[in-house]
Amino acid sequence: MAHLYPDVMNIYGDRGNIIALRHRCELRGIDSEVVEVNAGDPFDPAEFDLVVIGGGQDREQRRIADDLLTRGPSLKAAVEDGLPVLAVCGGFQLFGHRYVGLDGETIPGIGIFDMETRHPGVEADRCIGDVVLATEFGAIVGFENHGGRTYLGSGQEPFGTVVHGRGNNNGADSSEGARYRNAIGTYLHGSVLPKNPALADGLIEMALKRRYGDDFELAPHDDAAEQAAHASAVARAKSREGDRGLGRGPLAAGRRLRAKLRDLAGR
Amino acid sequence: MKLRVVAAVHAARLATFVSRRLLGRGGTALPGLVAERVAPGALAGLGGQLERTVLVTGTNGKTTTARILAAILAADGKAVVANREGSNLTRGMVSALVAEAGWRGRIAAAETTIGVFEADEASLPAAAAALQPAAIVFTNLFRDQLDRYGEVDTVAGFWRRAIAMVPDDCVLILNADDPSVAELATVRDLPVRWFGIDDLRSGGERGAFDARWCGACGTDFSYDHRFFGHIGHWRCRGCGRERPTPGTSALRVSDGEDGLSVEVQGLGIVETGLRGQYNAWNTLAAIAAGEVLGASAAALRKGPATIGPVFGRQESFAIGSKTLRLYLVKNPAGANQVVQLLGRTDEDDGFAFFLNDRFADGQDVSWTWDVDFELLAGRGGRVWAGGDRGADAALRLHYAGLGVEPVLPPQPAEALRTLLEAMDEGLTLHAIVTYTALLELRRELARQGLAKSTLD
Ligand SMILES: [Zn+2]
Repeated sequence: MAHLYPDVMNIYGDRGNIIALRHRCELRGIDSEVVEVNAGDPFDPAEFDLVVIGGGQDREQRRIADDLLTRGPSLKAAVEDGLPVLAVCGGFQLFGHRYVGLDGETIPGIGIFDMETRHPGVEADRCIGDVVLATEFGAIVGFENHGGRTYLGSGQEPFGTVVHGRGNNNGADSSEGARYRNAIGTYLHGSVLPKNPALADGLIEMALKRRYGDDFELAPHDDAAEQAAHASAVARAKSREGDRGLGRGPLAAGRRLRAKLRDLAGR
Repeated sequence: MKLRVVAAVHAARLATFVSRRLLGRGGTALPGLVAERVAPGALAGLGGQLERTVLVTGTNGKTTTARILAAILAADGKAVVANREGSNLTRGMVSALVAEAGWRGRIAAAETTIGVFEADEASLPAAAAALQPAAIVFTNLFRDQLDRYGEVDTVAGFWRRAIAMVPDDCVLILNADDPSVAELATVRDLPVRWFGIDDLRSGGERGAFDARWCGACGTDFSYDHRFFGHIGHWRCRGCGRERPTPGTSALRVSDGEDGLSVEVQGLGIVETGLRGQYNAWNTLAAIAAGEVLGASAAALRKGPATIGPVFGRQESFAIGSKTLRLYLVKNPAGANQVVQLLGRTDEDDGFAFFLNDRFADGQDVSWTWDVDFELLAGRGGRVWAGGDRGADAALRLHYAGLGVEPVLPPQPAEALRTLLEAMDEGLTLHAIVTYTALLELRRELARQGLAKSTLD
């Protein structure tokens, strides 16, 4: 598998996704090798079974955007050929057509997903908090922290539907992320794969099926530790959403303060 | 003294009385908060009376560095006023000054007293503007809890603004080994005192890293030697800038059971009760500041030696034959330093990770994946996970290759009981804890009368 720009796009524990993929391969006796691809390194996506890209701050996104653009056509061809991809947060945004930043500056993306992301301006709040999604991999949990709002093209499938949290937060639908063939884009970190073994295994399975044929299936595994973390994240998302739904105005400020004090004091 | 500042002192003293006597709290921020409301110029009015002031900021190590510096100055016979742990917003500084002020708003012997204030990264501009410091110490710049300030660039921006507001003779005390801190020397033509480590026996492993690049030409920094993260002997191959040679340099750093021994160039061996390489930088930063303030060589050596563990940072509790050590962690960089330290402890010692996700801890627990817990795999001791997000902590440790005991109960009392019963006699348990978990565990230890902190 290839880990794109690990030193730059690594903001919210993105390393955890690589750790999880390796761990879950190892459990099944599958050898895995991670190749770190930084700006300027040779990289042919066709030679890989899986590609992962993480998130970065605005300045970091700008830093790798040009390099990513040069790799756009080969990545796109590989995705058409069924290459599984996980693109998180900033990496997800750059897999759309463009990211229009706070200052109006446009960073072009590689257009694997038919979508664009726009920052709504300094006045708008960032989307920060626990998230639960409904997806074809079941309930997916994670944490989001992004300023941009993502608008999907009319035929573009989302990765999932928001149950708790904000997601693409475009005002038009409750979509989160994007999905095209075996490429998955999402705002969720946390890291997303360790706590969502169904998604981690799903990506590995896609990779193995692409290489070895459709009848390949991963052996099931006792996921008690993973499920416990998953459950605690769901519980957190629910309890925090209660605090967020406190409305606006001076009375709401008091309610929020009380909620914060409760939080500081331990619930 | 402006009348308004005097009124602020009165109001703050009343607030101190009310919070202590009527609410039973030793709140440290409230008096300052009240004083700032009454007189927005309270910090300048009170702090301006002092002989000199030093501000200490940075992502990690500011509490420890400020403590060591205060000890050096005390050893030099100076009177020192300092803010307390965690009270590092301007209101915390005001609270500390109010406590020293008389009813007329005068601080006794102010003209021979030095202020040593740790400043929250974002509070630095306001503190610098009000206090007009003689020196500012910058320890390091790492990513912190990102739901707090956003980006590393944002924090660097606060610092540049602060530097623009200080007097022309203010000395910047900068970590030569952190290229992001070193960049601050280019903001303005101010005197600089550099500190850094020239003992290259540690580090070199890859570990968690986030790339930094040259502000002048945009080239990624290269490293002749990397200690950890982005800290090391850096150079820019684009424009030729490189790590400055530090005036306060550690030629040799030895980390023993009883603490650090640092051979400082021109000063000799300096010892401290603190452990871990990261505390060598904190010690050097404090010595550099002490040198700038004209402290004697004897005081520079003696001050650090009087320092034991700082609140929650390596605190030790003796419980019968068992020992519980608490290590506060706030971000991956700090946690990685503690993990490296634990890698060198007795391998039969137990290890625990208490992970809370409240506001003061950072609500996002993904930072745990940037901590190299993998370094602890293969130790003999038992491993526990606890806190509000104990399941997440357990999963992280599990994926790091550690065999984890069943997750501890979320209630601190229950967790503590389970741990103490399970611990073997004569062994030490090293617990990495987030901020609110630390508060809860300390409170519980005190409540059960189980142990008296060696700090108190
Ligand atoms: Zn340069």
